[in-house]
Amino acid sequence: MNAAGFPLLSLLTFLPLAGVVAILTFRGDEATVASNARWTALWTSLIVFVLSLILWARFDPTTAEMQFVERAAWLPDFGVNYHMGVDGISMLFVLLSTLLTPICILASWEAVQTRVREYMIAFLVLETMMVGMFCALDLIIFYVFFEGVLIPMFLIIGVWGGQRRVYAAFKFFLYTLLGSVLMLLAILALWYRAGSTDVATLMQVGVPVSWQYWMFLAFFASFAVKVPMWPVHTWLPDAHVEAPTAGSVILAGVLLKMGGYGFLRFSIPLFPEASQVLAPMMFALSVVAVIYTSLIAFAQEDMKKLIAYSSVAHMGVVTVGLFTFNQQGISGALFTMLAHGVVSGALFLCVGVLYDRVHSREIARYGGVAKIMPAYALVFMLFTMASVALPGTANFPGEFLVIVGAWRSSAWVALGTGMGMILGAAYMLWLYRRVVFSRVSRDEVRGLLDLSPRELAIFAPLIVLTFWMGLYPSSFTQVWEVSVAALVERHEAALAAPRMAGL
Amino acid sequence: MAVSGLALLLIGVIPKRDMTFPITMGTLGALLIGAVLVLGAPDGQAFGGQFISDSFARFAKILILLGAASGLLLALDWNERQGIARFEFPILVLFSTIGMMAMVSASDLITLYMGLELLSLSLYVIAAFDRDNARSAEAGLKYFVLGALASGLYLYGASLTYGFAGSTNFEAIASAVGSQDGPVLGVVVGMTFVVAALAFKISAVPFHMWTPDVYEGAPTPVTAFFASAPKVAAVALLVRVLADPFADLAEQWQGVIWIASLGSMLLGSFAAIRQENIKRLMAYSSIGHIGYALMGLVVATDIGLRGTMFYMAIYLVMNAGVFAVLVSMRRQGRSLERVEDLAGLGRTDPAMAVAMVVFMFSMAGIPPLAGFFSKLYVFLAAVQQGFWVLAVVGVLTSVVGAYYYLRIIKVMYFDAPEGALDPRPAAVSFVLAGAGLFNLLFFLFPAPVVAAAAAAVAALAG
Repeated sequence: MNAAGFPLLSLLTFLPLAGVVAILTFRGDEATVASNARWTALWTSLIVFVLSLILWARFDPTTAEMQFVERAAWLPDFGVNYHMGVDGISMLFVLLSTLLTPICILASWEAVQTRVREYMIAFLVLETMMVGMFCALDLIIFYVFFEGVLIPMFLIIGVWGGQRRVYAAFKFFLYTLLGSVLMLLAILALWYRAGSTDVATLMQVGVPVSWQYWMFLAFFASFAVKVPMWPVHTWLPDAHVEAPTAGSVILAGVLLKMGGYGFLRFSIPLFPEASQVLAPMMFALSVVAVIYTSLIAFAQEDMKKLIAYSSVAHMGVVTVGLFTFNQQGISGALFTMLAHGVVSGALFLCVGVLYDRVHSREIARYGGVAKIMPAYALVFMLFTMASVALPGTANFPGEFLVIVGAWRSSAWVALGTGMGMILGAAYMLWLYRRVVFSRVSRDEVRGLLDLSPRELAIFAPLIVLTFWMGLYPSSFTQVWEVSVAALVERHEAALAAPRMAGL
Repeated sequence: MAVSGLALLLIGVIPKRDMTFPITMGTLGALLIGAVLVLGAPDGQAFGGQFISDSFARFAKILILLGAASGLLLALDWNERQGIARFEFPILVLFSTIGMMAMVSASDLITLYMGLELLSLSLYVIAAFDRDNARSAEAGLKYFVLGALASGLYLYGASLTYGFAGSTNFEAIASAVGSQDGPVLGVVVGMTFVVAALAFKISAVPFHMWTPDVYEGAPTPVTAFFASAPKVAAVALLVRVLADPFADLAEQWQGVIWIASLGSMLLGSFAAIRQENIKRLMAYSSIGHIGYALMGLVVATDIGLRGTMFYMAIYLVMNAGVFAVLVSMRRQGRSLERVEDLAGLGRTDPAMAVAMVVFMFSMAGIPPLAGFFSKLYVFLAAVQQGFWVLAVVGVLTSVVGAYYYLRIIKVMYFDAPEGALDPRPAAVSFVLAGAGLFNLLFFLFPAPVVAAAAAAVAALAG
């Protein structure tokens, strides 16, 4: 079963912790420790990334089975096992996490000057939690990683954040915790019923329809906050604005995906009837999110806040796709999640570049950047175009598939989602115009330096990925095609079964 | 018998010496030997069935010894700096420990009372141990007056039970209760009084009033001791009394404990939000934690009781760690107890701050720390038996609780420092490191502690 021949997933998950231990042992004056911590963190995360490439290379896309499976007894009395594995749905998320972590570490190379050691530790712990979460096949293990993410993220926002960081950190933490604890109760109820929290076992046992609604709503409370769906999205703009650049990148790139991934991995397969019945609610909330947050984005004066609202809109597209229950919709949702991870991460990095130089995120303080920083303007334009889903860039295939999928469910939903895309194009281009074009009116803009080699190195892989995903999407879709097909098939079978019984 | 052996040994330690340090060390040694004896003790009964030694008692005793030892370690240096180092202190702690151990292995209402009083009288004295401090004296007095009331309640309840059941022995009570057709009113009333008295000891709502004042007034290491070992002992006792002699009255006492659990969780989390004094905050937090632990008891199944014992085990360790931090809050020789005094600890003493972060997240029940697992078990038990109200209120109050734990982290890391704390003594660092590592690494090997708690409860049921 284990294609790699050794516990690759555990290695991926816990290797960053080895980096943490190494960083903890450093002694010396502050500058030495800081520099050692940076290099150690970078190398650790790079090694993890390379190892995760092995995962991709050895991955077999022709089966919907879990691969690289690992099992170990953990709480045998309670039927909870350490059970890890990936399939087509989760594998690329693991890669996304391992890719973004080194990029984040590079991005905070100069931006973070205080408590560097702790910062790097927080990021490596965060990586462990993210990778572990995407690999976990046991609900309790999943929950442990899912919640564990909160600890490093709370500290990253709270210690290295902006002006209102305390408020943002508390809001982030309490919002997500409130949603998650309800999910915990649902997990416990499932545990009690099936005697196990293993996802595969639970799927076989099934959940009675009368339970499904409560369970679905409890899981919904947690994932909807994480996604975030309207109206529980308000923590996101605050957290994004106050988090340091790298924190925003991880937040947008990976943490938001945890919600969508959770819906796809747990809510839909475990509670098929409830998902089907509540899908109109999900559509309504998603379409409202897409249009409403797009309109709000127009009114933003703060670059990061604008991108944060655009994230909410993009994630609305994702939830529309997930609840179409057809191959195109789910495939598109997965693609959008990955593309959004890359593109919005890159957009936050773009804002970070300006912020590092001017220490302001206000749109009004910029203008005419194109004349001073041509290379930067090009990079920023590329990601702006990718964000508005220009054909040939990363977001296009995903959003296109979602709309096709949504059309098969309901034309109105497809129309609403399409509206969101048009609005998205409008506010992103408007942002770009105000920051990059127009006359240079401020002295502080005049003195800006263009991208440094380090920053180019950060952007290069993201640029390559953006084009790759846009021009040759099938190299990604083929990874999950079989898994998604199996999921759709199982979903339809589950819906058909009771009706057959009714006849 | 382990306990009598321990008691003899202790009397040997008591001979008066001027030095506090050797006595403390001697006491620690006695605790250690006690632990070994406890572990080696065979199952059985003694003193005509008044004493029982089973795996439940062993589990609770190990916890109690652990709590007492950490309390002593913390007190060692603090008392000296505060100028109240007297050799009576460790001896009093020792006596209270004997009392607690007698309590948890009592199988008779009278033995239980003896243990309880031995514990309480020692605690009254050490609460007021800082004699020249008005607040400490007040704490001692307050504790004494209310404690005496609780003892009175207990005796009244015990005598009612004796009157109606015809015996004070647990087994005899159990068979008397079981043989009657319906619950006899007298026994139910008696049981309620007994429960009320024990609820006072564990400071469950509505018998919690003394806790914040006593916690605040008593010297910090004494508070640390209060919050750990006696709580474990009293909860263990409550579990034994309710699950053993009164097991057939479960329907009656479940309602009482249900209210106590719900009230404790709510009060513990909401009242703590506005506390400025960190010891008061910890008092409310302990009330909240008792609420969670009682949740397992309400459920009254094996898994529930196991959850309760398991919860207390982990709570004990978290608590020892938190108080290790509180004990070392001292600047220029003056001890501090406001939340704000922790400001900037992340900068001035990173190691301690990291440990405190671990304890706070653990207390808030965030995985993968130990505190999460303790909550997991009680919630599991509650969900299993369909106590949805308790479970939902429990998780929601844990979010409220997370707020004030986060506030402490915020003060330590996000606020500007006010100057470094005095260097902490080695004993405190030892407790700190031990508790920190336990909380941090618990998730790697959760099975042994769970198994121990399971074995303990199995003995109770069998």
